[in-house]
Amino acid sequence: MAITEVERRRGQLAALSIAAVVIIVGVPLWWRTTETYRAWLPVSQIKDLAKLQLHLSADVEVVFARGTVTPEQQKKVPLTQTQDEEHTVDGDLLMQFMILRSQNMKPARSFDSQTFFPEDTTLRYRYETKYRTATIMEEDALKKPTAAEADLSLHMLSESPCGSLVVYVIPESSSLLPEDVNVYIGQRRTALVRISAQMRVGKTLEQLLAQLEPQIKQVLQVMSFSHTDITVALSDRVRFRPGNKESIADSMRAFKSSPGYEITFSLLNPDPKSHQLHWDIEGAVQTYIQPLLTKLSPLANFSMDSQTLYYTMLGVTPRFDSSFEAYTLNADSLAHVINPVEARLGSNAASSNPVLNFLLYVPDIRHSPLYIHDHRKQEVPSNAFHSPRWGGIMVYNVNGFYGSETEFPVHVNINMAKVMGVFLAQLRLLLGVQSLSPPPGFLVAPCGSTGLADWELDRLMWSRSVENIATATTTITSLAQLLDQIGNIVINDNIAQQVSSAVTSLQLAMAELEVGNLGFALQYSKEAILASEKAFFDPSLLHLLYFPDDQKFAIYIPLFLPMCVPILLSMLKIVSEARQRRREKQAKKE
Amino acid sequence: NINPCVQIIIHLLSVISQNSAGQFFSSGHTNNWAVLVCTSRFWFNYRHVANTLSVYRSVKRLGIPDSHIVLMLADDMACNHRNPKPATVFSHKNMELNVYGDDVEVDYRGYEVTVENFLRVLTGRLPPSTPRSKRLLSDDRSNILIYLTGHGGNGFLKFQDSEEISNVELADAFEQMWQKRRYNELLFIIDTCQGASMYERFYSPNIMALASSQVGEDSLSHQPDLAIGVHLMDRYTFYMLEFLEDIHPASKTNMNDLFKVCPKSQCVSTPGHRTDLFLRDPGSVLITDFFGSVRKVELTMDAINLTDPINPVNGEEQKEVYSYADQLPVSEIIHQKPKQKDWHPPDGFILGLWTLILLVFFKTYGIKHLKHIF
Repeated sequence: MAITEVERRRGQLAALSIAAVVIIVGVPLWWRTTETYRAWLPVSQIKDLAKLQLHLSADVEVVFARGTVTPEQQKKVPLTQTQDEEHTVDGDLLMQFMILRSQNMKPARSFDSQTFFPEDTTLRYRYETKYRTATIMEEDALKKPTAAEADLSLHMLSESPCGSLVVYVIPESSSLLPEDVNVYIGQRRTALVRISAQMRVGKTLEQLLAQLEPQIKQVLQVMSFSHTDITVALSDRVRFRPGNKESIADSMRAFKSSPGYEITFSLLNPDPKSHQLHWDIEGAVQTYIQPLLTKLSPLANFSMDSQTLYYTMLGVTPRFDSSFEAYTLNADSLAHVINPVEARLGSNAASSNPVLNFLLYVPDIRHSPLYIHDHRKQEVPSNAFHSPRWGGIMVYNVNGFYGSETEFPVHVNINMAKVMGVFLAQLRLLLGVQSLSPPPGFLVAPCGSTGLADWELDRLMWSRSVENIATATTTITSLAQLLDQIGNIVINDNIAQQVSSAVTSLQLAMAELEVGNLGFALQYSKEAILASEKAFFDPSLLHLLYFPDDQKFAIYIPLFLPMCVPILLSMLKIVSEARQRRREKQAKKE
Repeated sequence: NINPCVQIIIHLLSVISQNSAGQFFSSGHTNNWAVLVCTSRFWFNYRHVANTLSVYRSVKRLGIPDSHIVLMLADDMACNHRNPKPATVFSHKNMELNVYGDDVEVDYRGYEVTVENFLRVLTGRLPPSTPRSKRLLSDDRSNILIYLTGHGGNGFLKFQDSEEISNVELADAFEQMWQKRRYNELLFIIDTCQGASMYERFYSPNIMALASSQVGEDSLSHQPDLAIGVHLMDRYTFYMLEFLEDIHPASKTNMNDLFKVCPKSQCVSTPGHRTDLFLRDPGSVLITDFFGSVRKVELTMDAINLTDPINPVNGEEQKEVYSYADQLPVSEIIHQKPKQKDWHPPDGFILGLWTLILLVFFKTYGIKHLKHIF
């Protein structure tokens, strides 16, 4: 009897210790070995960033030339004023609508749906305006005969940092501007505003400034950032916001911000038997295109190549128009020209940067001359067209270079200045330099030999910084949301590091924008985009582990059930025996 | 404090009223991409490769260039040992139409077509060494056509006879594409058994889906060719190809016509479609919005006046002289005499066959005959 008692006790102890080991050691071990490694992400900072609050600030200097302010008014100058404008751009309504609709469609996962909505974006614009009078050297500069020369000498005197503007107010009597023009916008960051006679008589400085304000505001709309530009740059977050036609077309035409672009110049010669074409593309690119690209180097890297394609026809047969004595392509058929040609254009296999294609097409001798007509059957002066986010095509007629008795093939030297003029204009449009129609009374100086005015560059930098910041923010927030939703994805250390550096760069970029350092803001926003894209598109973040519940049960039950059943049964036996013993003891007592 | 739904409706109405003006706003896309995937391997799944290649052919004919098409074929039918007509893949019996052509560009072939690679292509998470032709470089203004065919079931699609992709994973991949704005609008077509189950779980906006059969139904194949010995096409894709042959780049046919392709009388299964996630009305969506690539063009009105003369490029033009290195001495090869075939010992199959024959013989007729042999 004692032996069985000892054995029974031993059995109970064994069962209890197995259960204890399973619960104390086994379960935590299983938990630790089946969990995925997830490095820490700064989720709270990301949530803060999701409510995007952009503060843009620009410095404006208003300089009064002699003759625009009376001596009493002059005493109060120099003066500084700050104007704040606040706008709230509604979040992507479509997204909210879709998310609200699909709440019951999405599988039930543990994430907070309110957290990562593309929320409203708050924009605050600040203009710090400093008023002062002109120095003697500036007065001399303003006495030059034409506005362009005045602009040049003013630029020599002082160079304004990027993002800032200087507006010179000149008196009515000045002859710099022609009769009907009140405002002249220069090639760099200066503008000349002519004050009208009734503005300055007998008024205090405040009243004068109030009178000047609408004109200065118009100048700022043209030369510095405007609300429409910024909303266009934010088109990722605010997709379906009805704006005016031009801004939507602009947002569709320009390439999205990318760290690099590739530009390809192609010469299409469908008829080498008749025309032997020679184009000095290297020299032309060096002289005409490279200055623009150097100026744009803070925005992105550009790489260029060129090629010549033979026996490539346009996909559309042009029709002979007897009234013009030439072959014509009308605007509707242009859309079908690009596809057959694109199949033949190569592209650099190594990089994934967007490609801008510029094609120069010399028509074959049977279809020369070839002109492009618009919807009103008028000839297009540049004889060129472009396609949004793709590139441009120009038709160059060479039939004028030779008579009818020449020996074929004819050697033709292409006039690269004319060709590059058109390509440069198309390049500007495709990169996002908006072609604004200025308000009445404004005269805009033609852009210089680089092809880009300084204030146009500033506008590009503003919109690019905002676009980069918005895109990086959306990427980071959606990455955080994705990693939160799917618990099975491993988050490596390098991804966590990229995310942290993206968050830091974003915060720095927004801080620099607020202060008005446009150059630094753009640089930080580029770093933020690079880091966030690297983190989002990391190849290790592939979610391939989707386990439906029935599969999980099917795996664990055969493993654990055979082990647990004997333990549970012995536990039950111990408990029932203990209860029985207690009952016996109680019965004995009574 | 207007109800957000009312706000949305007002905004959408104003967007739609602007949509009627100008070609620019009708679809909002500037480029087209196509991802065409055939997921089955083995000779008897010839029809899946033919399906994918016929869609590829239509899409190329309507204008999408190869650089914008990602074609994934899980097996090589044109150069398969069992193909009686090598380098061809036919879609109509009596070998009427060769959909392989001579300019097909397959981006992912054979064992490269896996669930992982497919998801990597969609989400963009490819290793940095991946060439451009294997990437889906779409942006927020791209319309993407995704076509899948193969063997499927309720909620999954089989890849390569060894793995499967579930509808939840596919829906998550599309959601990640939407988050990163990798598409403007997406058209998803699937031709498998129980295909409608694959689009049940989508929850991202701007997706339109078509499937060849409902849950519980099988998609059937069309016609076998007796010379080749396998079924050539699936019914749904066959009738869809006939429908697409009538479309040219300038046609104005819309999606409602595509929904009517292959009714139950022709297809035996019931094709289904899903448009509730799509913003625009399907009647206003052109077929060429997804299958073709109609570019938007603008006339260049300005030109910049350049007056500087061209600087001659400094230094002499160092023209490198390239010579063509003969990679394969073809002329030497084709004039060679045919090589003597080496003797190989009979392989296991033949050995086994003879052993079986001998065993049967001796079993039937008795072991006493053995002494006559040895």
